[in-house]
Amino acid sequence: MSEVLKAPLVVEFPFTRSLGPVQSAFLTGLRERVVLGVRTSDGRTLVPPVEYDPVTADELHDLAEVAPTGTVTTWAWNHAPRRGQPLTTPFAWVLVRLDGADTALLHALDAPGPDAVRTGMRVRIRWAPERTGAVTDIACFEPYDGGPAPLTGRTDGHAGPVTGIVAAARLDYTYSPGRAQSAYIAGLADRRTLGERCPSCRKVYVPPRGACPTCGVPTADQVEVGPRGTVTTFCIVNIKAKNLDIEVPYVYAHIALDGAGLALHGRIGGIPYDQVRMGLRVEPVWTQDARYPDHYRPTGEPDAEYDTYKELL
Amino acid sequence: MTRDIAVVAFAQTDVLRTTDELSEVEMLMPVLHSVLDRTGLKTADIGFTCSGSSDYLAGRAFSFTLALDGVGAWPPISESHVETDGAWALYEAWTKLLTGDADTALVYSYGKSSPGSLRDVLTRQLDPYYVAPLWPDSVALAALQAQALIDAGATDESALAAIGARSRQDATANPHAQLSGPVRQGDYLVRPLRTGDCPPIGDGAAAVILAAGQRARELCERPAWIRGIDHRIEAHALGVRDLTDSPSTRLAAEKAGAFERPVDTAELHAPFSAQEVVLRRALELGDDVRVNPSGGALAANPMMAAGLVRIGEAAARIHRGASDRALAHATSGPCLQQNLVAVLEGEPR
Ligand SMILES: [Zn+2]
Repeated sequence: MSEVLKAPLVVEFPFTRSLGPVQSAFLTGLRERVVLGVRTSDGRTLVPPVEYDPVTADELHDLAEVAPTGTVTTWAWNHAPRRGQPLTTPFAWVLVRLDGADTALLHALDAPGPDAVRTGMRVRIRWAPERTGAVTDIACFEPYDGGPAPLTGRTDGHAGPVTGIVAAARLDYTYSPGRAQSAYIAGLADRRTLGERCPSCRKVYVPPRGACPTCGVPTADQVEVGPRGTVTTFCIVNIKAKNLDIEVPYVYAHIALDGAGLALHGRIGGIPYDQVRMGLRVEPVWTQDARYPDHYRPTGEPDAEYDTYKELL
Repeated sequence: MTRDIAVVAFAQTDVLRTTDELSEVEMLMPVLHSVLDRTGLKTADIGFTCSGSSDYLAGRAFSFTLALDGVGAWPPISESHVETDGAWALYEAWTKLLTGDADTALVYSYGKSSPGSLRDVLTRQLDPYYVAPLWPDSVALAALQAQALIDAGATDESALAAIGARSRQDATANPHAQLSGPVRQGDYLVRPLRTGDCPPIGDGAAAVILAAGQRARELCERPAWIRGIDHRIEAHALGVRDLTDSPSTRLAAEKAGAFERPVDTAELHAPFSAQEVVLRRALELGDDVRVNPSGGALAANPMMAAGLVRIGEAAARIHRGASDRALAHATSGPCLQQNLVAVLEGEPR
């Protein structure tokens, strides 16, 4: 059995999210070094503010300023900061109830060590030097010895409110396609197309995924298929894809390789696009160092009879 | 609504730190075959199929559609999927059977955490505006909860260590567990939680078959009748919640009928030692209740399957006569955010 393949896989996305009035006010406030909460009908002040009361589900919009100072309600010492976290040196995760608030905000506390942190300790916001209207405008909290800091008196009227955030995310994986697909990919390196036969229905799956979707049983019996095959159905592509160096129009087709129990897909070349037809016999064309066929071209054989591929459409 | 529905079969994989050589469907297939074999059912006999998984774990888009290859989805089947733990897939299947639309259901779930960095991946389920940009990982959030419990006097570090030790000792009787026997409590991962307070990261899958009424009796000698299931969720903002309590678990248990009569067994999905303290309090479990005889999530915590495994383990204990009335709990999200409780009973022997 060939070796199972592995490769790094990075999944990255910059989600662009819009803000409602409450979140917009809060993040705009942070940009201006003002912390806003939202009042509930029973007089609590939620910080960070939310648009709906988590208890009554009432819509909330009554903004209220709270102090940039507060009290730690619980904490956890993080001696090994991870990528993306607020500080690169060891720090405490904290929930902080800001003075004037009834709920707590999650953030980081810059402290020399765990012995310098306790529940009930007083802290204040350390603002980020560059602020854009995001929760990271709070760089972190720092120890603070004193009562509530004075309020600014500002709750609205900020010029240019923040209306959205870009929530960037990156996750790193090591991708492995598993046994069956590794064998398929390894076969392609030798320009051979390997499928797997279902022990129950005898169909040959290509590319194989290790299971017969009809019978729900493992497939293991490796079978080489092709290289020639038959166009079972096709479409004409008229719009050029970004970064794709293929002239339009071109033909994209389902191709049943000889011996395969289902069709795979590929581009048809070497023939004018309007002469491609069902039943056309084709063979793969490999380019230098390619890891899969660049396209399929006519073999010149007579077309296959419909009955020979009608089950593979 | 008078149909009685039971768990009639359960199977799970060994939970392993890595399963490189297997695709998700290859990992899943043996447990699907195993539950079907136990009942003698074929895919075509199953009335409804429901699965739970998350593409974020392995970084593979639409992986649940590929996993269907292991079920045999041709000719077409009645199928659904939840993007969370399979316990919630079981809940959906249970409601489907209650309606009378089907008499049997196959429920499965799986998770491969090994391709990615689980602590980072799980940050993506957090509030994207105020929390996720800070990348607080799953251990950090659980540590905040643990410290809150310690401050409240509900536990201390040695009591937490004892929970981990008991779980792994119990897991010596569970061949599927990832960690069993004496395991070093280890260093702090995020203080106050040490390695031993945290679940192992592993790949695994589980499957269950549900059946209604007489059909359940035909398929299983001693069906584990589901007397009630309910699931509840708490406010998503952590700072709004009292992390030392789990009102959602208590409410779900009440709605599921857990407090009507004592249970003898509880399979609790408490990935972190401190969470068992929270759940025991919320569920009012006495010292006479056998908690996590399987070893629980501190011995094996395959994401998206560990909650379904709790229901399966509780049911299997009823099947073999080791329990008459068992409670199964599943959780999802940070600090026990979402909680599902099922009450299972065997008929008098
Ligand atoms: Zn087959």
